[in-house]
Amino acid sequence: MTEILETEAAANDRRRAQVRKSLARRNGAETRFKLLGLASVLAAMAFVAVLFGNILMKGVPAFWQYNLDAEVFFDPAVINVPERPVQQPGQSAADFQAEMLAWQRRLALVNWNRLITASVQGAGAGVEIDDRSAVSVIDSGARFVLRDMVAADPALIGQTRTVRLLLSADGDNWAKGKLSRDLPDSRQQLSRPARDTIDALIASGAVHRSFAWHIFTNVDSRASPASAGLAGAFMGSFYMMLVVILLAVPVGVASALYLEEFAPKNRITDLIEVNINNLAAVPSIVFGLLGAAVFINIFHLPLSAPLVGGLVLTLMTLPTIIIATRSALRAVPPSLRQAALGIGASKMQMVFHHVLPVTFPGILTASIIGVAQALGETAPLLLIGMNAFVANIPATPLDQSAALPVQVYLWQGNENRNFFEERTFAAIIVLLGLMILLNALAIWLRTRLERKA
Amino acid sequence: MNATPESRAPLSGSRIRPSAPASVASSVSRISARDVTVHYGPKQAIFDVSIEIPEKSVTAFIGPSGCGKSTFLRCFNRMNDTIEGCKVGGLITIDGDDIHDPSLDVVELRARVGMVFQKPNPFPKSIYDNIAYGPRIHGLVKTKAETDDLVESSLKKAGLWKEVADRLDAPGTGLSGGQQQRLCIARTIATGPEVILMDEPCSALDPIATSIVEDLIHELRAQYTIIIVTHSMQQAARVSQKTAFFHLGKLIEYGETEQIFVNPKEKQTEAYITGRIG
Ligand SMILES: Nc1ncnc2c1ncn2[C@@H]1O[C@H](COP(=O)(O)OP(=O)(O)OP(=O)(O)O)[C@@H](O)[C@H]1O
Ligand SMILES: [Mg+2]
Repeated sequence: MTEILETEAAANDRRRAQVRKSLARRNGAETRFKLLGLASVLAAMAFVAVLFGNILMKGVPAFWQYNLDAEVFFDPAVINVPERPVQQPGQSAADFQAEMLAWQRRLALVNWNRLITASVQGAGAGVEIDDRSAVSVIDSGARFVLRDMVAADPALIGQTRTVRLLLSADGDNWAKGKLSRDLPDSRQQLSRPARDTIDALIASGAVHRSFAWHIFTNVDSRASPASAGLAGAFMGSFYMMLVVILLAVPVGVASALYLEEFAPKNRITDLIEVNINNLAAVPSIVFGLLGAAVFINIFHLPLSAPLVGGLVLTLMTLPTIIIATRSALRAVPPSLRQAALGIGASKMQMVFHHVLPVTFPGILTASIIGVAQALGETAPLLLIGMNAFVANIPATPLDQSAALPVQVYLWQGNENRNFFEERTFAAIIVLLGLMILLNALAIWLRTRLERKA
Repeated sequence: MNATPESRAPLSGSRIRPSAPASVASSVSRISARDVTVHYGPKQAIFDVSIEIPEKSVTAFIGPSGCGKSTFLRCFNRMNDTIEGCKVGGLITIDGDDIHDPSLDVVELRARVGMVFQKPNPFPKSIYDNIAYGPRIHGLVKTKAETDDLVESSLKKAGLWKEVADRLDAPGTGLSGGQQQRLCIARTIATGPEVILMDEPCSALDPIATSIVEDLIHELRAQYTIIIVTHSMQQAARVSQKTAFFHLGKLIEYGETEQIFVNPKEKQTEAYITGRIG
């Protein structure tokens, strides 16, 4: 009797020991797996941190540029123009317009650089500086700033005003210390007096940094790179997103609804499904080729137009939206459909009253992510001429325009590397900022809608 | 009569019409099924089932799992139409109307034949909207006052009014399982059906909620023709007047509930009731 008990106790002990041993093994495996997962997450986070850190470090300084607070004397000897015309009683509007244009043309012919030279030379740097060097310090767009001031207020002629003039790209590079001070004069972009003037004016406080709002308000510029901005590219991208949102989202959601809910399941719909899935994997540049062939060659839509870009991006985004919407529809529990049908709802009522409302957050998220993807797409735009240099803010989607990702590409390739590397990263920051905004909108809308449902 | 899916269409025109007045006049049976077959693709699930279901009574379908009770039940409101590859043959009439008649809209049929499912499936909307939805889409209510009245009377019939009267705006999905199932019954009642189909309506409920729903079925019998699929023979015995026993897609025995349970004629029925198959 005791013998039996003992063997039973021994067997129990052995079994427990075995379980404990296997437990140690299993726990070990679990711990290792967790550590591995943690390591991957950390590695991914590190990559993201390095990427963003790099972009921010390189791009943020571009948003602060050096300016010269210059005392500009609007010298009547230089600004040798007649009085601004005033509309005479009895003079027709057309005549007055013509006279005004003639006056503005006179104004444009004024040698504004002489005013700039004079103000740089008189800025009190204490450096002997020749005219050419003096002009090279200031952005060439400054001429137009002065001209516009006088056009707006001719009474300025003969007076002195403090005007904030943007430093030229070379001047900005020098002021930011991006150019080596050890290089011989022959290899420097700026002459010695120009460099010395900038140094002296920084010391005196006349040259200082301020926030470069013009990055957001100016269009791209080749002649005056320091004042080049993203406004044109931004509007171009904006119009394209508008086209994508107005076309891809409704067409994509409607196709998905039809295919998933109404279409008969047969060979043809199978074929369509396979094709949509394949379309999602087609490289975006192919869509660009297609767009060029169809929209430009056949329909004769203009080159470089955001409308065409938007249409191409719509084609590219459609499969994404269709696939995401279909999977959202498939995730609706059959019990909800049965409930609606069982009570006598028609198929259409079932879809629009019950299925669509519960899938709406998912469809919305998919759409916004699709649109954000389209926003960043570059390759297809190159093929429809959107890489052309366009110094205009497009007024309509049919005007020539740049686009944000293409602007990044163009600036990245600009020969003035010293200046444009920073600018490129600034454009990337703006682009990423927009994307983060769009994604945040998606998250916000989804949580809001899910709470309501 | 040998009704296959192919032969159904001509049948519905030629044979059912003449027989319709007779069944209404006698008023014995409200629903009649003749030689009903159901195929899921190549697989046959129901074999030539004929049955007459009396009105204003509870008829229970029992049988082992997979014997085709749910499939057969879904024939009466044509829910099988919504299942891919499912084909129904034979004749089913309600009040003499062939439910497969092309002139009868399936939406109209489902307003006449309501259904309560195994798992409570309220809409993810307010309790009020759960009830009001059916009447609204069928155009049964015009004004807000009418809707309010209908919601209240439906909830009262389903015995849920006292529990939810003060929170009609709360989501229907926030109720307990038993309450949800009664909400689904109220939702079905609200469209004014003549027939209510119930597919294991209590299988997801605890004993107390089950007995509440069973009491409710008792009360509803006075107004509606009810067909209930159940796995519990006690439940069939408690709530039904007639019982049909299915096995492997065939109707084995159909009769008064008491007779089926006390004195079954078929060996298979007896075997199932005594727990030897199932
Ligand atoms: N959608 C479907 N597609 C294919 N076969 C099906 C489908 N639904 C049911 N079946 C088959 O039809 C037969 C009857 O199924 P049904 O669901 O009607 O049985 P049941 O009696 O309700 O069973 P249970 O008591 O388990 O609910 C089963 O063999 C089942 O596999
Ligand atoms: Mg079933």
